[in-house]
Amino acid sequence: MQHSTGRILTFEILRFNPQNPQSKPKVVCYQLEETPGMSIFIALNEIREKQEPSLQFDFVCRAGICGSCAMVINGKPMLACRTQTKTFEHPKITLMPMPVFELIGDLSVNTGKAMREMAEKVETWVHDKRQDWVDITRLEEKMEPELADQIYELDRCIECGICLAACGTKRMREDFLGAVGFMKVARFLADPRDHREEDDFYDLLGNDKGVFGCMSLMGCEDFCPKELPHQQQIAYIRRKILFATG
Amino acid sequence: MKVVYTDSLVIGGGLAGLRVAIACKERGLDSIVLSLIPAKRSHSAAAQGGMQASLANSFKGLGDNEDVHFEDTVKGSDWGCDQKVARMFVHTAPKAIRQLAAWGVPWSRVTGGDRQVVVNAEKVTVTESQESHGLITARDFGGTKKWRTCYTSDGTGHSMLYAMDNRAIQEGIDIQDRKEAIALIHEGDQCYGAIVRDLITGELIAYVAKATTVATGGYGRLYSITTNAIICEGTGQALVLETGKAPLGNMEAVQFHPTAIVTVGILVTEGCRGDGGVLRDVDGYRFMPDYEPDKKELASRDVVSRRMTEHMRKGKGVPSPYGDHLWLDITLLGRAHIEKNLREVKDICESFLGIDPAEEWIPVRPTQHYSMGGIRTNEKGMSPGLKGLFSAGEAACWDLHGFNRLGGNSVAETVVAGMIIGEYVADYIDETDLYIPSGLIKEFLRQEQQKMDTLLHRPTGESAFAIRKEMQEIMMENVGIFRKGPHLEEAVNKLTLLLARARKVGVKTKQLGGNPELTEALKLEKQIKLALCVTVGAAKRTESRGAHAREDFPQRDDVHWLKRTLTYWETPADDLPTLAYEDLDISSMELPPGFRGYGKKNISPHPDTAKREAQVAQAQAAHADRHELQQALMPIELPSRYQGKNERYLKGLN
Ligand SMILES: Cc1cc2nc3c(=O)[nH]c(=O)nc-3n(C[C@H](O)[C@H](O)[C@H](O)COP(=O)(O)OP(=O)(O)OC[C@H]3O[C@@H](n4cnc5c(N)ncnc54)[C@H](O)[C@@H]3O)c2cc1C
Ligand code: SF4
Ligand code: FES
Repeated sequence: MQHSTGRILTFEILRFNPQNPQSKPKVVCYQLEETPGMSIFIALNEIREKQEPSLQFDFVCRAGICGSCAMVINGKPMLACRTQTKTFEHPKITLMPMPVFELIGDLSVNTGKAMREMAEKVETWVHDKRQDWVDITRLEEKMEPELADQIYELDRCIECGICLAACGTKRMREDFLGAVGFMKVARFLADPRDHREEDDFYDLLGNDKGVFGCMSLMGCEDFCPKELPHQQQIAYIRRKILFATG
Repeated sequence: MKVVYTDSLVIGGGLAGLRVAIACKERGLDSIVLSLIPAKRSHSAAAQGGMQASLANSFKGLGDNEDVHFEDTVKGSDWGCDQKVARMFVHTAPKAIRQLAAWGVPWSRVTGGDRQVVVNAEKVTVTESQESHGLITARDFGGTKKWRTCYTSDGTGHSMLYAMDNRAIQEGIDIQDRKEAIALIHEGDQCYGAIVRDLITGELIAYVAKATTVATGGYGRLYSITTNAIICEGTGQALVLETGKAPLGNMEAVQFHPTAIVTVGILVTEGCRGDGGVLRDVDGYRFMPDYEPDKKELASRDVVSRRMTEHMRKGKGVPSPYGDHLWLDITLLGRAHIEKNLREVKDICESFLGIDPAEEWIPVRPTQHYSMGGIRTNEKGMSPGLKGLFSAGEAACWDLHGFNRLGGNSVAETVVAGMIIGEYVADYIDETDLYIPSGLIKEFLRQEQQKMDTLLHRPTGESAFAIRKEMQEIMMENVGIFRKGPHLEEAVNKLTLLLARARKVGVKTKQLGGNPELTEALKLEKQIKLALCVTVGAAKRTESRGAHAREDFPQRDDVHWLKRTLTYWETPADDLPTLAYEDLDISSMELPPGFRGYGKKNISPHPDTAKREAQVAQAQAAHADRHELQQALMPIELPSRYQGKNERYLKGLN
């Protein structure tokens, strides 16, 4: 539903600064007049510049590309920069930090740290012993154009963390790898330059911390801003792992 | 006192910074990368369009090589670049692409057989040879003779940055995010590292290193309307400037991109026009062929941006509540192409404009986009003012781009500079014994701590947010696409007043950690100083060159202005920068100054040009082999591992 502007919007925002021993979590309301094309990015900056200079949140690209700004908007994890206020019928908008991640303050959470840990676990790089011996003055190795496109499709994840915040399993068990990790596995399995096979991922994936922990609630698929094919890839990896282990 | 020691300190976790750190690590050196945000969120990720390298695999790239890429780059720079650097760059770019392929970038590939492309608003069939099937392909971009821009569908920068950061993780490099460098530690002519603020806890840490590389990206956020990420605030350039010893180069060289969407300034890639999109005015008329009959929409960026502005000034813009704009029409490319190769554009149009670009035209206008100027370095990437201080990527003025950068040459520069300068940083570290002046470190920590304390203890004061906004608007109004003496003077005056106000700002929130207001206030003075560098440089340069277009001085004046601006801030309390100039030496140019071929020729030629042209002609007659000719005209040095000739399909190593 689209609304004209000039509405008074009320933002209910969770405030908490763990750096300050006196700070206790509380919800604070801020009001703002809606302007045409207003996004949560614009609204939050306006609140910070005019009303509450200590408000913490993260934006970098403000264009839906970098994955910095995920937060829980009216109960749903979304990229705040891409969310337009006019899409909300009700003028009251609640903003919460994403669960699952370490809280930095207010709406800012430490996705960077979680993603680095995930990358180290999955080893999100091409495993090829000859990699450092490739003669880069020579023609590159050929690759089927469709295959390159296919790898890119799986490479589009922006590590925003939304799939983890939207995941029922992840909220119950901290050590669950989650959709973002599975997507990385799928990406490197699809890439012939990476010489790992399914069974190389067995320790990581073949248990409840891995694909067998997934309860198929598919919050990841519903909320992933890049619309990555989570359901299909998780099913695919499950099959692969089952086959690999006989 | 918290002090961290390392061999190679890299400030900036974008493509350039990460590549320098990888080079050092490969040479067995300890390396730390600092970044404001997780490295994969750096602005490099936003590059959708592509990376230039003369692979010459696809049909429209046949015949391309280093020489053609070199010529395009030098012309694009309006002869303002360092030609040796341009040569080093074009020679290494194909290697960079191929190395990234080995590191996992899924470059889009050539498909053998017929395919339809749009050229000059017409559908044309191109036949790719079967032998090139599966090699890395390229698209067309502005200002290039050949189709040379390699890409991964619609997310080149993203794929590159992810592959690069993953490589850094593979190497075990220590990448620390939410850390902001706020001052360089230096004494005499030596740089010793940086004072860094932890953006979570607010505490200060000294990082002491044998070599410090600043790779902090551009300074687009000095302007109110920009395609740049909100972290591109130029603090890296500012902390170099504040040493008083290391100069910035060509700060007035600021590029405006023709097609950012109205109102928010988010970029839609040049790939739109490269793939065949056209610009239209209020009447739906395609106007670019009238101005640039040859290159049309694919003239160099600075040229297209100026033509668009001219056309809007003639009343041909489309009025809107946010000012006039023009239309970018990509409907003619067809839905299938848009949804695959320009999906990011489609996403942006849907999310931020609520339109479908396969059906509707996109409202666009020229918007601040790229900083050609930056930290001046020599060909090895080191500052002429401080030993042990290096810079690479958009932060630097190495000087590959002169007064205008070609699309696709920037991500290429970040990686190539990272490769080359990374080797020189490692060489420097190998040759250096670090003497650690602990008193000096303490003193620098104390100074920065005091700045924070002063701010926190000042009972009242203006808000930094408001002053920053004023600065951005002054820059947009007075130091934009077209510049004029009186406007620039006015901007200098206004910015000087703002600087005085910035020195007295206050913060309401009185805590050290988790305090965005304090973070903002701490860098305000730096940003205004930088804005003054751009403005004073632009006011003094009484000619037009590349992106620097003076309405009162439309001529490119090679007699007086074939030189690079160097800007210093001599003592912290100064109100204005100090300028100096560095001549570009025609007698060593491989490509003597000429005409770029846009609009009417309006150049006042340098007296040495003719002499050099004769020498070049003579050399051309004497050397049949293009590599020998190049060496004879302008010998260059490269790290040994990047010296080899580049193989090309059908051409071998020729
Ligand atoms: C929208 C857009 C699209 C583009 N598309 C293309 C394209 O298609 N092709 C092309 O060639 N170029 C393109 N460019 C240009 C290109 O993307 C950039 O020039 C390039 O990526 C810059 O890379 P970098 O490594 O120098 O800096 P960045 O990627 O900007 O990284 C800067 C790093 O420095 C860190 N940093 C900054 N300040 C500090 C500080 N004080 N302390 C600590 N860390 C700090 C940041 O956290 C970040 O990690 C585009 C630019 C934009 C704006
Ligand atoms: S998979 Fe989707 S939701 Fe998860 S981190 Fe990547 S982009 Fe975000
Ligand atoms: S700020 Fe980059 S995705 Fe929202």
